[in-house]
Order: sequence, then C-alpha cells, then structure tokens
Amino acid sequence: MKTFLRSVGAIVWKDLKTEWRTRENLSAMLVFALLVILIFNFSLELDLRARESLAGGVLWATFIFAGTIGLNRSLAVEKDRGCLDGLLLAPVDRSAIFVGKAIGNLFFMLLVEAIVLPVFSFLYSISVFQPGFLGVVLLGSIGYSAVGTLLSTMVVQTRTRDILLPILLFPLTLPVVIAAVRASQGFIQGLPLNEFTVWINILVAYDLIFLAVAIMIFDYILEE
Amino acid sequence: MLKKPRLLTALDVLAALVILIAAGLVFFYAPVEQMMGQVQKVFYFHVGTAWVGMLGFMVAAVVGILYLRTEKEVFDIAGLSAVEISLVFFLVAIILGSIWARPIWNTWWTWDPRLTTAAIVELIFAAYLLLRSGVDDPGKRARFSAIYAIFGSVSVPLTFISIRLLRTIHPVVIGSAEAASQGGFNMGPRMKVAFFFSLFAFSVLFADLIWHRIRLGRLQSSVNELRIQAYEKES
Repeated sequence: MKTFLRSVGAIVWKDLKTEWRTRENLSAMLVFALLVILIFNFSLELDLRARESLAGGVLWATFIFAGTIGLNRSLAVEKDRGCLDGLLLAPVDRSAIFVGKAIGNLFFMLLVEAIVLPVFSFLYSISVFQPGFLGVVLLGSIGYSAVGTLLSTMVVQTRTRDILLPILLFPLTLPVVIAAVRASQGFIQGLPLNEFTVWINILVAYDLIFLAVAIMIFDYILEE
Repeated sequence: MLKKPRLLTALDVLAALVILIAAGLVFFYAPVEQMMGQVQKVFYFHVGTAWVGMLGFMVAAVVGILYLRTEKEVFDIAGLSAVEISLVFFLVAIILGSIWARPIWNTWWTWDPRLTTAAIVELIFAAYLLLRSGVDDPGKRARFSAIYAIFGSVSVPLTFISIRLLRTIHPVVIGSAEAASQGGFNMGPRMKVAFFFSLFAFSVLFADLIWHRIRLGRLQSSVNELRIQAYEKES
C-alpha cells in the first residue's frame, strides 16, 4: 500500500511539474472555458430570471468541454514522446498509473474550475461559494476525470484519437451531467437540501462504481 | 466451418415462421384497442424490437467480460454482432414508437426515461463502432471494444435511474400523470397472446441473426488468415 501511494504520488508530481514548466494545457483549458461562457452568454440571453434556472447547466457544460481538452492533451503528451512506454517499464502497479494520471487530471480540472467559478459568480452575481456546492463540483469532477482518464488512455492508442474522446466519453458521463446539474441548481436556487440529496447520492454512487471498474479494467488497456 | 450447419437452417425457417405467425396474430387475432384504434397494433412489434435491442445490449456486456477473461476471438465477434443487432433493432423500436406516439401523445418524441435511454444506447453503440474502426491491431481492438461495452453496461442503468428520478421530481407539464391519458391500457387475453408470441418470435429472430453474424465474423477472420498464408507462400 505504501509503495502504491508513493508511485501514485510520483506520477502526480511528474504531471504537475511538467505542466508547471509550460502551462500549455492549463491555459488552453482556461481560455477555452471562458470562451464557452462567453458563447453561452450570447446564445442563451442570460437575463436575470434565466440565470437562476440555467446557471447549473451552463457551468457544467463549460467544465465538461474544458475537461475534454485537458484529458486529450494529458495522455497525448505521454504517447507522443514515448513517456507511456517509460511508465509501463517502471516497476509499479498498472492501477497506480491510472490513479496517478486521474488525480493529475482531476487537479487540473479543479484548478480551472477554481478560476472559472469566481468569474462566473462575478459576471452573473450568483453565489457559488457554499461548501455544499463546492462538494458537488468535486464529486462531479472526480467521476468525470476517472472515466475520462481511462477512455483517453484508450483513445491515444487509436488512429482517430483527435476526435474520438468526446464521442466515447459524453454518453457515458450522462449520469454525472444530470446529477451534477440538478444538485448545483439546488444549491444555487437555495432549495431545501432534502429535495436534491438524491442527486448527490447518484454522484457518489457513480464515482464509486466507475472508480472500482476503472481500477479493475485498467490493466487491459495498457497490455502490450 | 464453411458448411452451413443444419440447425442454423432450421432456425432460419423457424424464425421466418414465427415472425409470420406473430404478424398474423397481431393483425387478425388480437382485437382493435377501443381508445387508440389500429395504431395500437404497432405496440406488439415495438416491444418485440426493443426487447431484441435490450438482449443485444446485455449480450454485448457479458461477452465483453468473457473476452477479457479468456481472450477468445469468438467473444469479440459475438460482441460486435450483438452491438450491430442491438443498434438496428433499437432504431426500429424508436421509429415504431414514434409512429405510435404521434397520434397518442401528440408528439414524435418526449424525453421519457425509456426513450432517452434507448437513444443513449444507440449513441454508445455508434461510438463503439467508431472506436473499433479506429484501432488496427485486432487484439487491441477486441480489448478496447470489450472494455467500452462493459463501461456502457454500467453507465446506462445509472442514466435510466437518473432520468426516471428527473421525471418523478420534476412536475409533469405536458399531459396529466394518469396512465390512461398517456396511452396506457389493459391487455385483454387475446392481446396478451399476440404480445407474448411476438416477444417469443423476436427472441428466436435474435438468436438466428446473432448466430449468422457470428458465423460471418468467423468466416471473415478465416479468409483473412488464408489471405496471409497465400501472401507468405508467394513471397
């Protein structure tokens, strides 16, 4: 267990370090996220009343689109420069590679969200700084980056890797989208908690199930 | 391998026969529903085709797991076959459902749990086929598609539950919640006979089609092998 954690830590640290040197991925995700918000602003006419009921949906659509960019890059970089083979040669458990990459991706996604949320709340005067709401963001991002990391490890090994990830990922993450949007909406509109606990339960269930399945299955993706 | 098994031919005949009988039961034996009239007859084949779609979906997940455990090629071919059949039959089920829904619900489409889930399965299986076409190495292709089928089978029930919850929490805006006004009805005994026989007929059809498709897949891979052998002999 200890060696497992240490190898996970090493992989996460490697990702953070390389990203910090270029900041390519993170800045692309961030600018993209802000552009998506801009486009939503003009395509949906977010007036005062619409904001309340649409904010959750707009936010999650933004996170998910921006997340796809990050996921695609994160594994493409490994593949292009032969790092993936290096990782495979390392005497660590395959699931440690998965957990490490997933935590790295989660971290970048959370970082982007940490910048987008204040901007969003500033632009539309919606209060998003409630612990419950931030919990929903965390839960949704965990599920999304776990499934996304697994699929993008698969996608980078295909011929059509530039276009395939969203096509594979979106239909599988639908439960996350539905539940996260509903739960966020509940917090934004200040509904009583018991009206939407069920969505938080679904998020937790999705995260647990997919983390478990992903860890069990990851070995088969990197088999050579 | 090349010769068509006798049993398969028998199954072909049986499938054609039971589908014909099912159609006969639907049109001549089952009574016309009082409220909805003739359009209700779509229901028998609609449920039948959706049932085949479901069967394909479940088979794809099971053979996916079997493939990962055994790495036998036949499970990969079976997975692809199940997905292709499921894709076609869900599409037919959706179209038949729309034909029924237009006069009864007054709309071609609603975001009801079952409709939406069928549509999601279509999208997942379309993605499955795209994934397959993007991988050249047969072993890798088989592994990836098995994994994706398993993921789909885990995610789709959660999607179904989520959408169902969405409906029960969300007030019903269009139409009242009463079953009758949404097109629900009680089946009389003759309707039941036609209904269960159609289900049976479509199950036989599914068995027949998947057998054919698996056989085709195996023939395909043996042709490929022969081709490689011939190429090696030449060079």
